Amino acid sequence: MSEQLTDKQEYNITVYTENQIGLLNRIAIIFTRRKINIDSLNTSPSEIESIHRFNIVITESEDVVRKLCRQIEKQVEVLKVYYHTNADVIWQELALYKVSTDIIAEKVSVERLLRENGARAVVIRKDYTVFETTGHREETDQLIKILQPFGLIEFVRSARVAIIKDSEGFNSKLREFERLEPGEDVYENEYLNKGEKVFTM
Amino acid sequence: MELTQELVIEPQKKETVNVSGSVALLEALIAEGTETIFGYPGGAIMPIYDALYDYNDRLNHILVRHEQGGIHAGQGYARSSGKVGVVFATSGPGATNLITGLADAQIDSTPLVCITGQVFAHLLGTDAFQETDVINITTPVTKWNYQVTDANEIPEVIAKAFYIAKSGRPGPVLIDITKNAQIQKFDFEGYVKCNHIRSYRPKPIVRHTYIEQAAALINNAKKPFILFGQGVLLGSAEQEFKTFVEKSGIPAAWTILGAGAIPTDHPLNVGMLGMHGNYGPNVLTNECDVLIAIGMRFDDRVTGRLDKYARQAQVIHLDIDPAEIDKNVKSTVPVWGDCKETLPLLTKLVEAKQHTEWLALFNDYTRKEVEAVIHKELNPESGEMTMGEVINQLNEITKGEAIIVTDVGQHQMVACRYAKLNNTRSNITSGGLGTMGFALPAAIGAKFGAQDKTVVAIIGDGGVQMTIQELGTIMQSGVDVKIIILNNRFLGMVRQWQELFNERRYSFVDIQSPDFVAVAAAYRIAGKRIDEREQLIPALTEMLNNKGSFLLEVMVTKENNVFPMVPQGCSVSEIRLK
Repeated sequence: MSEQLTDKQEYNITVYTENQIGLLNRIAIIFTRRKINIDSLNTSPSEIESIHRFNIVITESEDVVRKLCRQIEKQVEVLKVYYHTNADVIWQELALYKVSTDIIAEKVSVERLLRENGARAVVIRKDYTVFETTGHREETDQLIKILQPFGLIEFVRSARVAIIKDSEGFNSKLREFERLEPGEDVYENEYLNKGEKVFTM
Repeated sequence: MELTQELVIEPQKKETVNVSGSVALLEALIAEGTETIFGYPGGAIMPIYDALYDYNDRLNHILVRHEQGGIHAGQGYARSSGKVGVVFATSGPGATNLITGLADAQIDSTPLVCITGQVFAHLLGTDAFQETDVINITTPVTKWNYQVTDANEIPEVIAKAFYIAKSGRPGPVLIDITKNAQIQKFDFEGYVKCNHIRSYRPKPIVRHTYIEQAAALINNAKKPFILFGQGVLLGSAEQEFKTFVEKSGIPAAWTILGAGAIPTDHPLNVGMLGMHGNYGPNVLTNECDVLIAIGMRFDDRVTGRLDKYARQAQVIHLDIDPAEIDKNVKSTVPVWGDCKETLPLLTKLVEAKQHTEWLALFNDYTRKEVEAVIHKELNPESGEMTMGEVINQLNEITKGEAIIVTDVGQHQMVACRYAKLNNTRSNITSGGLGTMGFALPAAIGAKFGAQDKTVVAIIGDGGVQMTIQELGTIMQSGVDVKIIILNNRFLGMVRQWQELFNERRYSFVDIQSPDFVAVAAAYRIAGKRIDEREQLIPALTEMLNNKGSFLLEVMVTKENNVFPMVPQGCSVSEIRLK
């Protein structure tokens, strides 16, 4: 095995799937059974109706990542899997910061804070203000450092979303999949929580 | 109730019949060609069993004694018949008792459709009586699973289940049906089989460039060597494989699940691979120049130490599952595809050859192995019988025509090594999972799957006690299964390891057994126990001639070892003859 293959680095795994209950678990198991930690996981509808897109970030060697991707692609509801290094993708994370409006107004030059950190105020209320930034981890970390001394009440960061730089073909491929055979309606459990109105033992 | 004819509706007519989910399920099973179901009823699957009462003439339900027995029987049925095995179980403990069989079927690529009952949908997630989260529990051990909460889903889901279970690399599928969906009436529009799922590609696209590259490697090889596995059988490619082997003249060795793809006595069949495989195939793996792996997955029991495995060879790997390529052994040329399609393409391009000198090398190793191991095993000097001589006598009498179903342990390795198999699908064993307790129920299923064949289960005294209750299934169903218990009064394989690697510290391997013949008699099954060599042939003959099932207990040498052996952590060329 070459040096390059054994070197661990961050990989962005992109998975296109059907919108199916239980699939997240099926995919997660592929990592957990090998004791591989998922650094970040995002799943959301893709640009094509009924097709979902997972972004999964792990730190592993290419050899391991390739094998994982093949195992994921093997799942019945998975359409396609790609993996890329950070250099091959453009990626962002979203962060929200809640701070006391009184303190922040009194002690911080808000305008400068927003400008220097590329942040924007999402909500300004009497009792608290919520700021938002997007960027790489170190960029969103920066604002935590600044706000922490002023009593950061709550902080949340999203999983990574990544766009593949060289992915011209896939959108048309997805649309072709969809044209040839449209996705099925998702079955919801219509009886759940309806209790005795539906059946009794 | 006679609904089958009525329910075969041409979909374009858009006629419907109002039926319950349970009836729709049974109609779907019939439409998929199901004849035999192995199962066990319970509260959450009662509506399906109630519907089954009216289908007695169309569906043969075998009442097993434990759900694990049911699923192993389903596996045996699938393996002997090539069809999909169907298993019913109730929710909770019924469903969890299927787990071992699901894991076994998953790793051995056995097509199964398991139907479990589930609590009412409105009770899901409430820790209701006999509720378990069977979908999440079975996710790692199924090819696909799905929970049905509405009867309208049943026809389409069952169609998908069968398609997924049997297509591509086969595997087990579990469908969990809530009780309300079993009861609910709906307008059934007729059953349409599934042959396409948007996101599922059962067969990878065959790349002709790789076939050409593979053929070029083979044509230039001086010492080519074929390893074949169950993929040949699963692809029904036995004939294509034989043609390839015979035209190319390449020696071929098998994994235990590949046994029988070509007859054991075929001149180019050079034996068994792996930890207890034959001497030549193991040693010469590290001497060949081109290794052609067909429908096998380089399991660690076959490769031994990977960093010392066939480093000198160019590897060609033919497999239907792209995830198997390069998983354990890096291939020079990957040939993705169903070997039924890829083998003829390869055969066309390979030159007809005879590798006489290379084949002679295998024969030299065979001679060494016969001298050091096989002769002693088959002609023991002591009065006690060996497992090998029992299998050998069985071969003589059945002339290689029987289906051999083995459990797990020393007897399994001995049976696989010494059995003569003339036919495909005649070696049924638990390979990847190594499940003790597999053979007795699997043999029951195998007989239902191949009723014109003699089915002989070969089981150790340990393994048989794991699913011995299935003697009750034999009694009730009247199935004709011949059972040989090779009793060495030990958990033999563990004892062998303790002898060789743990300084004979025999920790909990000394197992006491009941009077097996008396147990069989209690189940109204004929039986005999023998402990002397001269009784062997008459007893085997009596067993095979007996109308109906027969249990033969053979007392064999207590501390015999299975050799050759590749010790764990060693390379295949470090295989030991003693």
